[in-house]
Amino acid sequence: MKVLVTVKRVVDYAVKVRVKPDGSGVDLSNVKMSMNPFCEIAVEEAVRLKESKVASEVIVASVGPSQSSEQIRTALAMGADRGIHVEVEQELPPSVVSRALKFIVLKEKPSLVILGKQAIDDDCNQTGQMLAQILDWPQGTFVSKVKVEGEKVQVTREVDRGLETLELRLPAIITCDLRLNEPRYATLPNIMKAKKKPVEKLGLKDLNCDPLHGIQTLSVFEPHKRQGGNKVESVAELIDKLRNEAKVI
Amino acid sequence: MAALVIAETDPTRSQLQGSSLAAITATSQMIAKEEPQDNEIHLLMAGFSSDSEAVKKAKGIQQISKIYVVPSPNEATEKLFKYGVAEWMAPCIQYLQDKYKFSHIVAGASTFGKNIMPRVAASLEVSQISDITGVEGSDVFIRPIYAGNALSKVKCTDPVKVVTVRGTAFEKAVLKEAQNLPVEELSFTPETNASKCVKWLSEEVSQSERPDLTSARVVISGGRGLKSADNFKILEALADKLGAAIGASRAAVDAGFCPNEMQVGQTGKAVAPELYIAVGISGAIQHLAGMKDSKVIVAINKDPDAPIFQVADYGLVADLFEAVPEMTKLLDQNAKTAVHS
Repeated sequence: MKVLVTVKRVVDYAVKVRVKPDGSGVDLSNVKMSMNPFCEIAVEEAVRLKESKVASEVIVASVGPSQSSEQIRTALAMGADRGIHVEVEQELPPSVVSRALKFIVLKEKPSLVILGKQAIDDDCNQTGQMLAQILDWPQGTFVSKVKVEGEKVQVTREVDRGLETLELRLPAIITCDLRLNEPRYATLPNIMKAKKKPVEKLGLKDLNCDPLHGIQTLSVFEPHKRQGGNKVESVAELIDKLRNEAKVI
Repeated sequence: MAALVIAETDPTRSQLQGSSLAAITATSQMIAKEEPQDNEIHLLMAGFSSDSEAVKKAKGIQQISKIYVVPSPNEATEKLFKYGVAEWMAPCIQYLQDKYKFSHIVAGASTFGKNIMPRVAASLEVSQISDITGVEGSDVFIRPIYAGNALSKVKCTDPVKVVTVRGTAFEKAVLKEAQNLPVEELSFTPETNASKCVKWLSEEVSQSERPDLTSARVVISGGRGLKSADNFKILEALADKLGAAIGASRAAVDAGFCPNEMQVGQTGKAVAPELYIAVGISGAIQHLAGMKDSKVIVAINKDPDAPIFQVADYGLVADLFEAVPEMTKLLDQNAKTAVHS
């Protein structure tokens, strides 16, 4: 079976972003960009399915600016077979990205689509669920275990109360949580090999995808800063302060 | 036009979760500027019948004007509604929306709401506004982005606003004496492909006597500094003294010290207790995202340069393996003195 996996180019998780003084957004110039950590987990899972002969082909797709080709190459170096890059320069919300992905799914007909549960830039946590809805497929979100058995997949989900296991009939959507796996690092020979793997470039027009959506960002601003930094010298002083100054115990 | 809140209930199915009560408060702010006759909040309780205990209790929420119940035709479907299986919940909500045309559809940003609501938005062909922390009008919301390092003010121009609400950012609606509210019973079974392709198999729930992490008054979290799962015991002794819930940083979860449902942070749970005690946690931005709205923050860490100290009201540079047991012991002694005096 074919597996489609999606990747998003985002600001690196270690970067502390700064808000632009004019409030139009955050400053991403000269900031390190990487593959969204949850997408790395998705790629790793897809590649493992291929290594265990469950998947026959792994296709990696990204909807993003021209530089997103770097993240597609990373996924190819991790073991994906070929890429599809939907080039868009403007930032798009999950409602549009999921519509673009729908057309790729209809064209490629994968049995499983694996996505990260959320992107660490907009923190939306929506794309996988929206894609599942518009395809009328079942979904396993926030997944920490995947077991494919014939025409079915068993998924264990990380929910607020603990773990939950669902059985989904394929084709299905999976969104990954942290503990699903530990993504590998691409080796140098694999990075070289990845350069020769095919990447198809498309625009939203090729996909008949309308970029219109109902969200306008009015402004982006800094959150209220906490006044921290006070130190205490001992446990006794700490307890005294908590009891008599902060009055919380 | 009324607004619809999607109810999530606690594991015993007897009452609404705090996340839903906070969602009701947020919704009442959204509709505050609407015409008074439309100023109504309706509540969907899927999988319940009108005489169930949870419905009786929900009638005590003063902000709501009507409850919809969707009884389950059989045991199998009861589970699908009970556990909020999205392939069942989304078409049910879409059915209600087609019938009543709500102005807003709102749920808590718990794993329940996060799982269901994007499907609802997609089925209605609109966008979704996730995890809001503020309401500026019926269609303008504040939400954190980049792990809370920035806040975004967004306007939603869609005909229906599909929103999830961060529970810690809004007061919980108060349950009072039950009012005489209309309860409409609907019969609904989805006919979609997706709803037929999902089966709920099992759950594994950690049994704990401790308060729920997202609503506890005191939270003690451990990080990589704890060094092992076993060492979390020293936090438990302190948590017993303070009636606290126990959380963890992503690093501690990644290292296998504790299960994921204990994770506090950007990709785990958001908490805002009266007192947050971070033990052996360096304070990565991903962790701060989930706890920096706590009223009082205490940090215990042996590294004086750990970033957690920058947000802590009280920082103690010490070896946690000495400081935490000492704190437990002192609280114990104090409690005894208090009894004697």
